[in-house]
Amino acid sequence: MNRITSTFAALAQQKRKALIPFITAGDPDPAVTVALMHQLVQSGVDIIELGVPFSDPMADGPTIQRSSERALKHHVGLRDVIVMVAKFRQKNQAVPVVLMGYANPIEAMGYAAFAEAASEAGVDGVLVVDYPPEECAEWVQQLKKWDIDPIFLLSPTTPETRLKQVAQLASGYVYYVSLKGVTGASHLDLDSVRDKLVQLRSYINLPIGVGFGIRDESTAHAIAQLADAVVVGSRIVEEIEQASGDNPLEVVGNLVASMRRAIDSASLNEVVTEK
Amino acid sequence: MKIYDLPDKHGHFGPYGGTFVAETLIAALNELCEHYERCRNDPIFQAEFSQELKHYVGRPSPVYHAKRWSEHLGGAQILLKREDLNHTGAHKINNTVGQALLARRMGKTRVIAETGAGQHGVASATVAARYGMECVVYMGSEDMRRQATNVYRMKLLGATVVPVESGSRTLKDALNEAMRDWVTNVENTYYIIGTVAGPHPYPMMVRDFQAVIGQEAKMQMQQDYDRQPDILIACVGGGSNAIGLFYPFVDDTGVRMIGVEAAGKGIGTHQHAATLVTGKPGVLHGNRTYLIQDENGQIVETHSISAGLDYPGVGPEHSWLKDCGRAEYVAVTDEEALSAFHALCRFEGIIPALESSHALAYAAKLAPTLGKDKLLLINLSGRGDKDMATVAEQSGIAL
Repeated sequence: MNRITSTFAALAQQKRKALIPFITAGDPDPAVTVALMHQLVQSGVDIIELGVPFSDPMADGPTIQRSSERALKHHVGLRDVIVMVAKFRQKNQAVPVVLMGYANPIEAMGYAAFAEAASEAGVDGVLVVDYPPEECAEWVQQLKKWDIDPIFLLSPTTPETRLKQVAQLASGYVYYVSLKGVTGASHLDLDSVRDKLVQLRSYINLPIGVGFGIRDESTAHAIAQLADAVVVGSRIVEEIEQASGDNPLEVVGNLVASMRRAIDSASLNEVVTEK
Repeated sequence: MKIYDLPDKHGHFGPYGGTFVAETLIAALNELCEHYERCRNDPIFQAEFSQELKHYVGRPSPVYHAKRWSEHLGGAQILLKREDLNHTGAHKINNTVGQALLARRMGKTRVIAETGAGQHGVASATVAARYGMECVVYMGSEDMRRQATNVYRMKLLGATVVPVESGSRTLKDALNEAMRDWVTNVENTYYIIGTVAGPHPYPMMVRDFQAVIGQEAKMQMQQDYDRQPDILIACVGGGSNAIGLFYPFVDDTGVRMIGVEAAGKGIGTHQHAATLVTGKPGVLHGNRTYLIQDENGQIVETHSISAGLDYPGVGPEHSWLKDCGRAEYVAVTDEEALSAFHALCRFEGIIPALESSHALAYAAKLAPTLGKDKLLLINLSGRGDKDMATVAEQSGIAL
């Protein structure tokens, strides 16, 4: 059993939901990333999604796009990100790390070279935004050879026929994008998320993470009632951006810890009283 | 007989093309594929498209024999397919008319577009006005500076021009931003891509709409010269005018096809946009194709004197035509393009777009090496009025 599967199995036993934060590797500075990953673990996250900077992040909103630009100022490439994961693994062998990014850095490195290096460094899953199921049979094959989970996105507009296709390829978990648009958008329709998750579960027998639009304790709490995992990205990256020159560890740690409490509490009132 | 039948039904040209997009765009692309497939096979749609090309765009555009320039060059005869004479002054309008008709059929009330030189933006704003649709054009702020007149033109036509400040603030960033708008507003919005790039079905669809260039040229050559040209030459940024001319000739293997990219300040300087000549295959903007990229797979900023060629990718069908050897791709510098620009002004009384001047520049190199009986057909894809400020600046003249 790999780290992602065992993490979800343990959470299910404790009847808890996963908290999955997203940060961009190398943002604001490559020297901070590994420390930030350890801070996230300390603040109670279950899986870390580590963004691979790309020059043209088409599916991301301005917040994550700027984080990519900050990292690229330091020339952080895919190979550097893999080294960061290896460094993180020197002290932490438990928390799964999922790389998230775009196709071209992987195309440039080559599927086989990437999968081998990522596996050796301790990467557990990879989500490539612009590899939809119909274009990635060979890619998935390489990942599975090294026991790395291919993570796929599903959206409110994904038709049922494609759910079957994703179910055949995906492992680890799937990531449901809870609204139309790019990362960092702010409206969230809980009823439609609830309905869609029922449909997804009838095809897909994997944990389902929900992301996009989760900005505070109340949205994190609400999503935790519906999904197996809560994914928080732009909100964390905003904190990193605003910390600018200062060390972002503390602010990010506080934010993530408050989300953790909101997810674990039976009711939202509990969260508010604790504060 | 038709032999060449790419792309396959998933939009692949050999290893190139395809649908490399986020899940959030898949449903919109599927909807587009379905509607386009229906229109492609619908004689009523095709008749409507032809009528619009005739009465609104002003087609057919002539094939003009540039006699004085040919004589001066002293070799092959230079023929110009005059896309510069189209309404709005470039070939871009062929495609926007087609896509706007499709958008209308799909019940979309809002169209968006990306633009580099502003020609596609103007062509999109034009058809939006013509068919009564809202229009938003994304344009890199750097390009807005270089092409201020076209920005004003789009505004006159009722479009909103949104400056894009991310990345290199040029065409590729405008494309990213338009994609983001489309993902967010897909229900009422149609995205008019201006070149033969992007995810399937765009490379095929834009090619089909632009193929009128080559179809007309074939008939005109037969009529006026009783033979087909020896060589076709067209400039390649994304590659829509080149594909438009080449595609109807792909099976005519006696006709050489040459695409001319922008070598900018020189291939060795890294300040160029010669994707097929210098790039490596990768994935960008929804398709697999040649790209100008660094060793980490990051897309590199490009340079060309002509904003319309300043793009780090290229249409996937060109990547395929290069690999299978059917078409050749070369590059000419800013300086060579400028010199061809001036030559056409002086010898023929035609002010060409800087984009098209790249094709002219290569023709000027090639013609003297060939016999006087050879016919070179060059796609004069646009007129140069939009480039006055750039050319004046290069000559050290303040307007």
